[in-house]
Amino acid sequence: MTSRERALGWLAGLGLTAGLVMAFGVAPREATQGNVQRIMYLHVPAILVAYLAFGVVLVASVIYLWGRAAGADRLAHASAEVGVVFTGINIATGAIWGKPTWGTWWTWDARLTSVSIMFVIYLGYLLLRAMIEDRERAARFAAVLGIVAALDIPLVHFSVYWWRTLHQPPTLLRPGSPPMDPTFVLALMVNLAAFMLLYGYFTAKRVRLLRQEEEVFA
Amino acid sequence: MTYARRTWIVLWKDLLSERRSKETLNALFFFALLLLFLFQFALGADRERLTAALPGLLWLGFILSGLVGLGRAFLAERENDCWEGLLLVPGDKSAIYLGKVAGNLILMLLVEAILLVLFAVFFDIDLGAHPIRLIVVIGLGTLGFAAVGTLFAAMTAHVRAREVLFPVLLLPVQVPVLLGAVKATEAVLLGEPLSAVGHWLGLLAAADTIYLTVGVLTFDAILEA
Repeated sequence: MTSRERALGWLAGLGLTAGLVMAFGVAPREATQGNVQRIMYLHVPAILVAYLAFGVVLVASVIYLWGRAAGADRLAHASAEVGVVFTGINIATGAIWGKPTWGTWWTWDARLTSVSIMFVIYLGYLLLRAMIEDRERAARFAAVLGIVAALDIPLVHFSVYWWRTLHQPPTLLRPGSPPMDPTFVLALMVNLAAFMLLYGYFTAKRVRLLRQEEEVFA
Repeated sequence: MTYARRTWIVLWKDLLSERRSKETLNALFFFALLLLFLFQFALGADRERLTAALPGLLWLGFILSGLVGLGRAFLAERENDCWEGLLLVPGDKSAIYLGKVAGNLILMLLVEAILLVLFAVFFDIDLGAHPIRLIVVIGLGTLGFAAVGTLFAAMTAHVRAREVLFPVLLLPVQVPVLLGAVKATEAVLLGEPLSAVGHWLGLLAAADTIYLTVGVLTFDAILEA
């Protein structure tokens, strides 16, 4: 483990600890939903970081097809894996929150559906990589799929949104100031920063592992 | 040789070999016929239920036969080392992609026409009220399907488990096209004007443009064995 990785890991650990303290100690109990609402501090950062991860996959895929740099391919691969894990966390925490709040684990609401479609698309991306033995070919095909998948996300979002919607509107990225107590926002921001550090740590570790795998099998 | 000429040659080659062997079209015709039985068994004799589900069933039929047909799109090239022949085509390789998309589009439209007639006959449904509107919707939806399908078929042609991988990759990516096409078809069958589903048609057109552009720009990377 390189010293930079280790530093990133410690920072992520510290950030997550601070996030937990903020979520459970500092942020007040939400008036209507009670303690269940605290899962938001895990739920929202997970999906925001997943979007970031898939954005990185898009950029790295374009760079790979442009110059065929093996590093860009490893970054795309690692970032997609971490993005899928974080999307999974988002879906799981959403279900856990949905049961006491909406009374059901799952509903075919617009945002649940579009996030789960995104999840399946990137699972397919990882499946494609796993099924091609030739490393260089896997990199090329995955890069094409990484581009199609990322450009598909807005199409999926709009189509599913028009198809049906029930989810409460996004709380943060809405014009005007968020209608939340500043402590909620602060706790959310601390957790978001912690998740970004965690994403960087996981991705850096995974990139190094992929490089070492290639060295071993080369 | 101009770009358009190279595209045309690929298309002509595919159409000619299909006309002579009739392999895909014959199989797809029977497949489509069998789908009608399945739909009938699944929904029972209740006509109202069938009418309500019709746009979805129609596109389910298109998608399923499209999956079977498109999955075979690059098998001929794989079998007799023709892949190397494609690689030797001079100039921009995206001409091959566009030729293949055109061929697949024509094949799918033929199968869809057959399915429409079968639906009209066996389920006694009037499809003829607004043929132009229906053609616009089906054309836009099928183009998006063929554009990504051709790209993914070329990709999975080299993979061991391609029969599984091809639908697993294609179906989730095609969700926007499927939703848009089903909703627009529903409206057209109810006699609504195209302007009532303008947002869906816009989405379909945007999807077609994005898929075709990505396909043209990246096909080179897929073709090099």
